Amino acid sequence: MSESIDYWSLLYVFVLAAFIGLGVIRRVSRLLHTPLMSITNAISGIAVIGSIIVTGGDYPTGIRIMGAIALFASMTNIVSGFLITDRMLKMFKADRQPKRDNKS
Amino acid sequence: MNAVVQLSYLVATVLFIFALHWMNAPLTARKGVYAGVAAMVIAIAATWAQPEIVHHGWIVLALLAGVLVGVPLSMVPLTAVPQRTALSHAFGGLAAGLVGTAKYYLWYSEGPEHLTTFRMAAIIIEIILGYLTFTGSLLAAGKLQEVKWIPQRPVTYPMQNVTNIGLLALALVVGVALTLNPAAAWAPAIFPVVILLALVFGVLLIIPIGGADMPTVIAILNSYAGLAAVAMGFVLDNKLLITAGALDGASGLILAIIMCKAMNRSFLNVLFGAFGQTQQTKTGGEQKIYKEETIDGGAQVLEQANLVVIVPGYGMAVAQAQHKVRELYDQLKKRGVSVKFAIHPVAGRMPGHMNVLLAEADIPYTDLVEMDEINPDMPQCDVALVVGANDVVNPAARTDKGSPIYGMPIIDADRAKTVFAIKRSKNPGFAGIDNELYFSERTWMLFGDAKNVVGELVKQLSGSGAH
Repeated sequence: MSESIDYWSLLYVFVLAAFIGLGVIRRVSRLLHTPLMSITNAISGIAVIGSIIVTGGDYPTGIRIMGAIALFASMTNIVSGFLITDRMLKMFKADRQPKRDNKS
Repeated sequence: MNAVVQLSYLVATVLFIFALHWMNAPLTARKGVYAGVAAMVIAIAATWAQPEIVHHGWIVLALLAGVLVGVPLSMVPLTAVPQRTALSHAFGGLAAGLVGTAKYYLWYSEGPEHLTTFRMAAIIIEIILGYLTFTGSLLAAGKLQEVKWIPQRPVTYPMQNVTNIGLLALALVVGVALTLNPAAAWAPAIFPVVILLALVFGVLLIIPIGGADMPTVIAILNSYAGLAAVAMGFVLDNKLLITAGALDGASGLILAIIMCKAMNRSFLNVLFGAFGQTQQTKTGGEQKIYKEETIDGGAQVLEQANLVVIVPGYGMAVAQAQHKVRELYDQLKKRGVSVKFAIHPVAGRMPGHMNVLLAEADIPYTDLVEMDEINPDMPQCDVALVVGANDVVNPAARTDKGSPIYGMPIIDADRAKTVFAIKRSKNPGFAGIDNELYFSERTWMLFGDAKNVVGELVKQLSGSGAH
């Protein structure tokens, strides 16, 4: 990896992504705040990509052990986060006697 | 990094944004999950396919282990979702902390030219946030799970805030010293000191926090876990980590703000206020008298109502009463009674907790009504049935300037024509605050376990319905 990382563009990406996040999350239904939190748990599992780089690179064993533990932790978040979010969302139903009109 | 990888990361970013965007309504929310899964698969595949990834066995093993632990964790009962969430924040923090640590020692051994000031600062932020989130969330999960040797009640001691802030300041000072001299001979030996300080700080930050503040604290820890991923993105020069982490951090922040507003408190007050400490003092005064109602009488009043508003709280979850509540809802609906649920934002132990529990019990979400929307209707409400809620219906929040919950928005149960409150015992609620509502002239108490009481009401109603 070269040393010519463009820090400024990283900071721009962060600030813009944070504002997009604030805009999108504000519109999330309050009904769904628990599933929202579990899906963001799964998304925070994105640390998986950093963990893969550390685990799979040609590095000393000690470094790769740390990477593997991080990889395990991230994968746990991804799997349990997405599964439980879907499990909860399946439970949210509108009125149980569906109106007889054709749902379009 | 080649164009294919960059393009994959870009696609994953867009999909993550859509995943959260689709959470804005129950109808599209499941689509959001699929978008999220797709994004994650793309991100993993693109990263794994890079040529510098040469050891595949370990990756496969770690991923499999993650699946093995993740699947059972996704099947916990919904009452246990707060602790699962906290545990997940802990894992997120741990992953960030470990990657930061690994990267530091790797770059240190490869040569000081890798440890630029920017990178080193990012590593320090990553490990402080990561490790404090790790221990803090573990402790929060332990408190929520009610693990025996972890105190549920806030633990406080003299100079607590001074100690905590001092500890964090010390970690930062050592961190700055490392940032300025990342390649010094002493640096690798001092690095673990920052880790240790962050681990201890995480514990001390959460130890003074009680159950009533858990929704806010979980949201804050969610935000930290996201920000730790952002820091990892700065360390690894990876924009996908930055965007996904920022989305996560923003989500935690917004939820924390909503929770704080719903309690009329500030962030700092939640983190450093040690709620629930000194409120026991006022309860000793005059002995007030509860008015009790029988199941029989309660059922009759419910039956004749036009509008019944049920106010659920954490007690409902503890008693596992939500399915009985659904039966009561059915019985009343059958008689043409209109039934709504009044949901306070901080009812339960995490944001949105009540909605999920009631949805699981098969109550349509169209009958779950936000506090702000139900309150104008409360004067028209014939019966407000309080099931396991306490502080969120305590009128002292409106009237008693001395009350610790003064100023907190509440559900106006006391404005209903009749109030039935189910309560397990005659003791004060979680925060240790006496509740004026129980002594109001419109209030009748139904003492007993919430599940049994509601079950008895259902039995009474279904019995009389048979005639």
